[in-house]
Amino acid sequence: MSDESRTPVALAGLRADDPHLEPSARNPHVVEAVIAGLMVVGTLFTAGFGAAFWVNAKPWVLGATLGGGLLFLGLGLIAWGKYLMPRGPFVEERHPLANDEAEREGLASVLVDRGASIVKRRPLLGGLLGGGMGIFGIVALFPLLRSLGPLPKGTLFHTDWRKGSYLVDQTGRRIHQGDLAVGSIVTVFPEGTENTDRGQAVDQTVLIRLSNENYVTEKGRATWGPKGYVAYSKLCTHLGCPVGLYEQQLQMLVCPCHQSMFNVTDGAMPTFGPAPRPLPQLPLYIDAEGYLRAQADYDQPVGPGFWERGRS
Amino acid sequence: MSDVAGAATTKRARRNGAGRYGRLGQVVNELDDRLGVAKGGRTFLDKIFPDHWSFMLGEIALYSFLVLLVTGIFLTLYYVPSSAVVTYHGPYLPLDGQRVTQAFASTVNLSFSVRAGLLMRQMHHWACDIFVGALVVHMARVFFTGAFRKPRELNWTIGVTLLTLAIANGFLGYSLPDDLVSGTGIRIAYSILLSVPLVGTYLAFWVFGGNFPGTAVIPRFFILHVLIIPLVILGLVGVHLALLVRQKHTQFPGPGREENNVVGSPMFPVFMAKTTGYLFGVSGVIALLGAFAQINPIWQFGPYDASRISYAVQPDFYMAFLDGALRIFPSWSFMGFGHTIPLEVTIPAVIFPGLLFGLAYAWPALERRVTGDHAIHHLLDRPSWRPKRTAAGVAALALLSALFIASSTDVIANFFHVSLNTVLWAMRFIVILSPFVAYPITYKICRELQGVHGAGKRKTPNLVLRTDEGEYVAEPTPAYPEDVYHELEPTPVPTFIEGAEVEAEAATPGVRVVER
Repeated sequence: MSDESRTPVALAGLRADDPHLEPSARNPHVVEAVIAGLMVVGTLFTAGFGAAFWVNAKPWVLGATLGGGLLFLGLGLIAWGKYLMPRGPFVEERHPLANDEAEREGLASVLVDRGASIVKRRPLLGGLLGGGMGIFGIVALFPLLRSLGPLPKGTLFHTDWRKGSYLVDQTGRRIHQGDLAVGSIVTVFPEGTENTDRGQAVDQTVLIRLSNENYVTEKGRATWGPKGYVAYSKLCTHLGCPVGLYEQQLQMLVCPCHQSMFNVTDGAMPTFGPAPRPLPQLPLYIDAEGYLRAQADYDQPVGPGFWERGRS
Repeated sequence: MSDVAGAATTKRARRNGAGRYGRLGQVVNELDDRLGVAKGGRTFLDKIFPDHWSFMLGEIALYSFLVLLVTGIFLTLYYVPSSAVVTYHGPYLPLDGQRVTQAFASTVNLSFSVRAGLLMRQMHHWACDIFVGALVVHMARVFFTGAFRKPRELNWTIGVTLLTLAIANGFLGYSLPDDLVSGTGIRIAYSILLSVPLVGTYLAFWVFGGNFPGTAVIPRFFILHVLIIPLVILGLVGVHLALLVRQKHTQFPGPGREENNVVGSPMFPVFMAKTTGYLFGVSGVIALLGAFAQINPIWQFGPYDASRISYAVQPDFYMAFLDGALRIFPSWSFMGFGHTIPLEVTIPAVIFPGLLFGLAYAWPALERRVTGDHAIHHLLDRPSWRPKRTAAGVAALALLSALFIASSTDVIANFFHVSLNTVLWAMRFIVILSPFVAYPITYKICRELQGVHGAGKRKTPNLVLRTDEGEYVAEPTPAYPEDVYHELEPTPVPTFIEGAEVEAEAATPGVRVVER
């Protein structure tokens, strides 16, 4: 092969017998036969897809026929372009995009001289237009932004737990002091919210029975855990995932999202992972009939941190 | 051909067709009479595309995006963007009678009851993963070869924006089925918005239309996912390609390839055949993945319930680096002055990705500033010629890969029976050390490659000669004159890549009987 046929040439004005226009394949007929084979297989697959769709075949049959059809036709087309079309190489000149100095000055002068002179002559109108458009833009943002949703106000600070709320499980059944064996755990909600979005997203609480004693998890919480029942917010203080795993032997609640661990015998202090705060504890009492009820709402916001949360 | 165009004005030529070019010639004439397409069309069909495998990476992204559009249109015909609660009755019996949202029910229905529905859904998900993956690899190619340099900084900026939008839209998309895994992802996204200092609660409330979860989020994510973001992506892809045509392709230096030309195959028919075949091939592979590789089986996860969770919840791969960062960042929360800044969330999930993408946007300007190289470049660098840039890129990729691995700490601990604590601390060290290890190693390899004769070039074959005495002598053939990268010479080689100067041998063409 001569060096000349390797040298890139321009397409325009190329003679029809130029070596650059020859296919790159050594045996074009063999390659053509192979490509024809690929295309026949591709067409058969495509027809197969039609048939499979018609008889509502299984998804994998649909995908295999569709994918096979596309793939074989594609391979045939690529091979056609690569081996049987003009081998080149061809060259195209690249002219600098930049214009000469005169053209640039022409544009700049239109912008600066013509534009500036017109605006400078009427500074009042220019200023009014600019100011008006600016204020229009800002004002137009208000209804758009404000209609996106309510203001947060105090909603992040409270849950639906109230003084005397019954603890119910997901089916709405009230939890009785005899329901849980020592070491077991159940997700509870304030009665009436167990099937609501807010109940599931905000009020969700884990109830764990540690032992039969009155369990004091922290100073000042002497009455919060009657008969070994302790209740914590189920919202991880990291990103709000439900703290859904209970390591019974370690007495740890584990968040499956980012593996924060909370020690349930120590006021749910985080002992591992990225969670920065303990899970808030729900103060409980057992009423005369033996049902578990809340003394009050949580004493702090549940879930992940936010700007207005304040010191806790 | 030009004489034909000239004859087109005569009535006879119109009546008789366009002479020797027949009906198609007539179409050309009619179009040119009205739109003047002949010259521009000819130039477009003659446009030269350089041949290099790495230039096809962007095409993978483009074609998987086309697959996304087609399969996505199919899905919108059946998906119902609503969080209204319905009772599921359908062919998937384990869920029968469960109360689920319409979004979830319609996704399960289109998977099981709609003809080819499951295939289309799986193809859509696979196409998305391939789209984002191809964008990343394409971007790495552009970075390591210096294709972002002047005059192409604007196209780099558009590319970074496209990647951001693709990741965002991928997240919105896999949130739509409202299953247990994606719902947990939305919950995390809400908490990340909440963590932004000063305006976080307002951001979260306005994106979600109130407290989490609310009923606004599914319809809002839907319209963002199927209309607004795809429209922006489509527009930016158009600009991306228009700029590419206007500025013409970059190319690697080589025989006959100079700053002032483009060497390769013409648009018509060579490139068109190859690229159409490539479109078919990419779609075919996605269809095969959709057929044989199950992805996101939401009926196994179940519907979202904010009080339920499953083990090993992980996002799609392109979000995993954020998840990894959230996992390994320590629990540093700032509390004071009556306010809370959840740094354990803000730093890894807001500030870190902000810095990362900010750095990507700023890189072309930064490099211009550091190197003082303000010249126009159409010839690409080989990565080894720019050791510091290459090392910086590899360091960034190493950091991201380490964070990607860190998003599976629990799975790793389980699989290898190591304590989670060990894995966590190991990942903290690996993530922090990875860029500092990757940088010097890459730098050293690049310098070594520069020192090796012929590294990064084609090898020169040996010419074996038999002397009159019957002795065999092997002598290396001289380098082909244009294999030597003298193209670099006109550009001032910045001082920071000392050692990068490629020795331009004064090679003379010698005996060249060996075919390359």
